Amino acid sequence: MRPFAYHRPADPAEAVALVAADPAASFLGGGTNLVDHLKLGVTRPGTLVDVTGLGLDTVEQTDASLRIGTNVRNSDLAAHPALRAGWPAVSRALLAGASGQIRNQATTGGNLLQRTRCVYFQDVTTPCNKRESGSGCSAIGGYGRYNAVLGASGQCVATHPSDLAVALAALDAVVVVLGPDGERRIPATELHRLPEEHPEHDTTLRHGELITAVELPSSPLAARSTYQKARDRASYAFALVSAAVGLDLDEDGTVRDVRIAWGGVAHKPWRATRAEDALRGEQPTEDAVRAAVDIELTGANTDDQSAYKLPMVRATTTYAVHRLLEGSR
Amino acid sequence: MSVQLSVDGRRVDVNVDPRTTLLDLLRERLDVIAPKKGCDHGQCGSCTVLLDGRRHLTCLALAVAQDGAEIVTAEGLAGGPDGEHDLHAMQRAFLEHDGYQCGYCTPGQICSAVGMLAELADGHPSHVSPDLTAAPKATDEEIRERMSGNLCRCGAYVGILAAIRQSAQASA
Amino acid sequence: MEHREGALGKDALTLWLVQSTIARGRVLDVDAEAALAHPGVVSVLDHTNAPILGQGVDEPDLELMVLQSTEVRFRGQVVAAVLAESAEAAREGAALVRVSYAEQDAEVEFGPDTTLEIPDKVNPDYDATSDDGDVDAALAQAEVVVDQTYRTPYEHNNPLEPHATTALWDGERLRLVEASQGPYAVASSLAPLLGLDVADVVVTSPYVGGGFGSKGMAHAPAMTAALAAITAPRRPVRLAVTRQQMFALTGYRTRTVSHFRLGARPDGVLVAIDHDVVEQTSRWKEFAEQTATSTRTMYAAENRRTVHRLARLDVAVPSFMRAPGEMPGMFAHEVAMDELAVACGVDPIVLRERNEPTVDPETGKPFSRRRLVECLQRGAELFDWAERPDDARSRADGVWWVGTGVASSTYPAKVMPANQATVTSCEAGEYRVEVGAVDIGTGSRTAMKQIAADALGVDPSCVQLEMADSSIGPATVAGGSSGTASWGAAVVAAAQLFRADHGDSPDPGLQTTASAADIPAAEDHALHSFGAIFAEVRVHRWTGELRVPRLLGVFSAGRIVNPVLARSQFYGGLIMGLSSGLHEDSYRDPRFGHVVTQDLASYHVAAHADIGDVRAEWLDEEDFVVSPMGTRGLGEIGIVGTAAAIANAAFHATGVRVRSLPVTADSFVS
Ligand SMILES: Cc1cc2nc3c(=O)[nH]c(=O)nc-3n(C[C@H](O)[C@H](O)[C@H](O)COP(=O)(O)OP(=O)(O)OC[C@H]3O[C@@H](n4cnc5c(N)ncnc54)[C@H](O)[C@@H]3O)c2cc1C
Ligand code: SF4
Ligand code: FES
Ligand code: FES
Repeated sequence: MRPFAYHRPADPAEAVALVAADPAASFLGGGTNLVDHLKLGVTRPGTLVDVTGLGLDTVEQTDASLRIGTNVRNSDLAAHPALRAGWPAVSRALLAGASGQIRNQATTGGNLLQRTRCVYFQDVTTPCNKRESGSGCSAIGGYGRYNAVLGASGQCVATHPSDLAVALAALDAVVVVLGPDGERRIPATELHRLPEEHPEHDTTLRHGELITAVELPSSPLAARSTYQKARDRASYAFALVSAAVGLDLDEDGTVRDVRIAWGGVAHKPWRATRAEDALRGEQPTEDAVRAAVDIELTGANTDDQSAYKLPMVRATTTYAVHRLLEGSR
Repeated sequence: MSVQLSVDGRRVDVNVDPRTTLLDLLRERLDVIAPKKGCDHGQCGSCTVLLDGRRHLTCLALAVAQDGAEIVTAEGLAGGPDGEHDLHAMQRAFLEHDGYQCGYCTPGQICSAVGMLAELADGHPSHVSPDLTAAPKATDEEIRERMSGNLCRCGAYVGILAAIRQSAQASA
Repeated sequence: MEHREGALGKDALTLWLVQSTIARGRVLDVDAEAALAHPGVVSVLDHTNAPILGQGVDEPDLELMVLQSTEVRFRGQVVAAVLAESAEAAREGAALVRVSYAEQDAEVEFGPDTTLEIPDKVNPDYDATSDDGDVDAALAQAEVVVDQTYRTPYEHNNPLEPHATTALWDGERLRLVEASQGPYAVASSLAPLLGLDVADVVVTSPYVGGGFGSKGMAHAPAMTAALAAITAPRRPVRLAVTRQQMFALTGYRTRTVSHFRLGARPDGVLVAIDHDVVEQTSRWKEFAEQTATSTRTMYAAENRRTVHRLARLDVAVPSFMRAPGEMPGMFAHEVAMDELAVACGVDPIVLRERNEPTVDPETGKPFSRRRLVECLQRGAELFDWAERPDDARSRADGVWWVGTGVASSTYPAKVMPANQATVTSCEAGEYRVEVGAVDIGTGSRTAMKQIAADALGVDPSCVQLEMADSSIGPATVAGGSSGTASWGAAVVAAAQLFRADHGDSPDPGLQTTASAADIPAAEDHALHSFGAIFAEVRVHRWTGELRVPRLLGVFSAGRIVNPVLARSQFYGGLIMGLSSGLHEDSYRDPRFGHVVTQDLASYHVAAHADIGDVRAEWLDEEDFVVSPMGTRGLGEIGIVGTAAAIANAAFHATGVRVRSLPVTADSFVS
């Protein structure tokens, strides 16, 4: 671990200024991902700017939305009564992630900006374009169980590990960001990016931009939403694949509106808009859901190790819809 | 950099390298060795302590970022290193139900269990709570899910569950 | 290793290992300049400046010949080590060391084209092959044949406490506080290479956070700490192996590929058993897992053949992991038996009863005890086996397919010679008992005290026990389920001899040292424990995820000295078996040569939520043919057969047969 300077500003603008001015500076949230990477040598910042002293740790509800300060800890957010009632998929996504201890520590912004769990990204003795631009991608032709099946590139096949980000992408959340030039509002679906030729960039944020809050619009869809995650262990494991689904039905049971996003399949939370389109106006039967998922999966790329992800994303999505129809969330 | 902490009731004022984790500060500098280093990367739970009353990993926490925190380790739960006569109820329950084998995960399990029951009492839901909005109960399934951040390679889970179940019933 | 107890003093330097990033070749240069310039770094050890090892030793153990040459034999080998004033400086120093290599082609994975060799012996000292009758002819004529290949992955022991060593060189003696299952074994393997007498290497292991075989012998990190200590006299050197480093340096279980052929009559009675194993070792040190040896004694059949074939690869050397041999071998055998039961339409328990031998099929010797059928029957009762539908995929509960499965378990009983114990009388009717035992979490401290008290005929409170110290004298390791019986036999021998020499009310200060007596009858018997494992598995109708709500083991394992400790060992074995059944899988990247799932987030072991109702029972018995305490050992048997019971139950739940571990959701997702 390279020696670094540590700052703990009390004001968001000061935090932004400190990082923006220094290419080797990083924000520090709960540290559950960054400190891990400092030890592994995955990242070697010269300055850490701790953002947990900035306030930004309240959840505010209005008629139309919920505004979550970036420093609200994952466990507090998951337990927030308004979130549980109005955005159950978000609460469920948080609860399906990491462990009780880590959720007590992890912040909202830090969770969204955690980096891929690709084993080669974390092993500095192997080539990795994301860690070291141009060095190659070891995951292609290597350990592939967690690799992307949608939207990957020849430069990187990693998946984004956050469960929270998937639920936010489904429920049309907005990420509020403060930069040197002021505030920006980014749709959650546009926070993360596909790897294309530049896997070293996980997100569309610019250096020095600070996540200050996440806003969740209220809607019938959000209130009837859930999160379904498949994993290799019953708990304390990253997703093989996951699905966040919100459902709004007409009186006759046809789909008035629907939201579907997937985790574990791509470099970003994958909003399945083509599947959503296919389901609108249909009865949400198991067959209809499967057919809709398959439309979204056209163009998926798999190999021996990741082929299971296609049936599994079909299964988690179908099961999520099944649960919502049964009345559980 | 200087950091002030309360560790198991003791006030500590130390100068640390910003790179030092809370776990290394406790173990290497302060000789508080109840929290264990099973992985150093947040993947096992053996370094769990109570930090400002909540269960918290110490291996992924930089010591400099914890200035002012109040830390209670498994040792502090028992009233210090010589606290054998004064074991915490959770510790007694672990003894009674053989909730350990080699003991390496045990201090983390115990701190985690104490913090976990407090979360339950506060009504925090979990991944297995059937109804997100209802008050959760300390069922076996809930305890197992909530304790999953503490691995036990010896497989003492049966006794650990029995110990926590007993403590949960006693405090309910 | 805890340092408050057994601390070697303050002022310790921290050691950090630097590992090779090639699988085979030579180190050209170790550039330590940047590392040495980092504040706090004291020195960098490499092959050019490390103390010389193994002088005058024929065929030194290459695993321990650390930093002795430029040769790189596997990826992850120790090629340098950084000593620093703090852990932070040592870690960063290690990151700054630049090693350049001349790389050679390496073969790091075995496949269809790999050259295989039948070794002279498999561990610990079995023939690599066995052949009775005419297997091929019997298979050709058999009415029912199961012919399948079963695979188990690389697995890492991963005790929760990583390996750690504190070493202090006082100019004459080397003192090591070592996380070890056998302090005497460590002392006796390091001493000759260091050119020291065993007595001058004092190894203590006061508290050990699990080992599961990986701490059964000295590995390279311990030697590296010893070397570093010699370069820094009078300052203790502390080395904590990182979790990631453990995946290359502290042993693992080989991958195995078992080709099984069972030939049977329509009623399931076996006529032929053929078990052909392919597994691997390192090119530079042999470790031949005894995967097929349990097949030789498990069931009766006229015609039986086993063979082990080894691939010698440019990889880290495999080592002991809980029930080496039996665990992977019995997975294959017991899934094959389940397939035979299905093929014959015979209940799996009845099938095993029909193939019960009267004597050991391999040696023709009688078993000291063989109560497998009783274990199966008792388990069937406890598990409501009678309620089980015959057909697979015939029971559902909500979104779950439900099935149950069974497998037999076995583990050989051993009493290791070469243990000695000393009994000394003290004041007030107390006794000091010294034995080189070590407690890695199994409760051997408690057990030894109890055995000593029983043998001396005194209350346990009158026994002061000294153990976990190599200077006590020769002792075998806590492993192979042999610890309690082996150390205990020495304690019993010393206690009996003490009473014979000094009577019932000795003066203080009298002393007797003795080794375990041989038990002549042991030679004439086959010595094995047996068990039956039952599992209920639920498979999610959509996602294919698995749960094991019920797991039961019923064991015949000799006398149970302490029920609390015994139950804990059985549970631990069953749970590790479940973990191997559902989770554990080390992926070695064939392009690089190292395991890339090298932490506890990518190498999963069972967590709380994976565990349901786990139960262990045992049959009341004593086995004085094996040991004077009537015990047979309990540490491994719980893991044997458990993964097979789970795979068999998953088949019963879904109708999908999985023949390789771990059994994961992708096989069942629909
Ligand atoms: C063993 C283990 C298992 C896990 N399992 C899961 C899982 O199943 N699902 C899941 O979703 N997650 C999982 N996690 C990841 C965990 O959720 C994240 O580590 C955590 O959410 C990160 O939050 P943090 O506040 O600790 O971030 P930090 O580690 O502090 O920061 C992470 C990144 O975000 C940046 N950052 C932090 N705050 C801000 C901000 N306000 N503005 C801009 N940049 C910022 C930092 O510079 C850094 O790059 C797991 C982690 C571990 C160790
Ligand atoms: S998939 Fe991406 S993160 Fe993984 S090795 Fe390739 S470039 Fe690196
Ligand atoms: S040491 Fe902190 S979680 Fe393992
Ligand atoms: S008791 Fe050994 S790891 Fe839990």
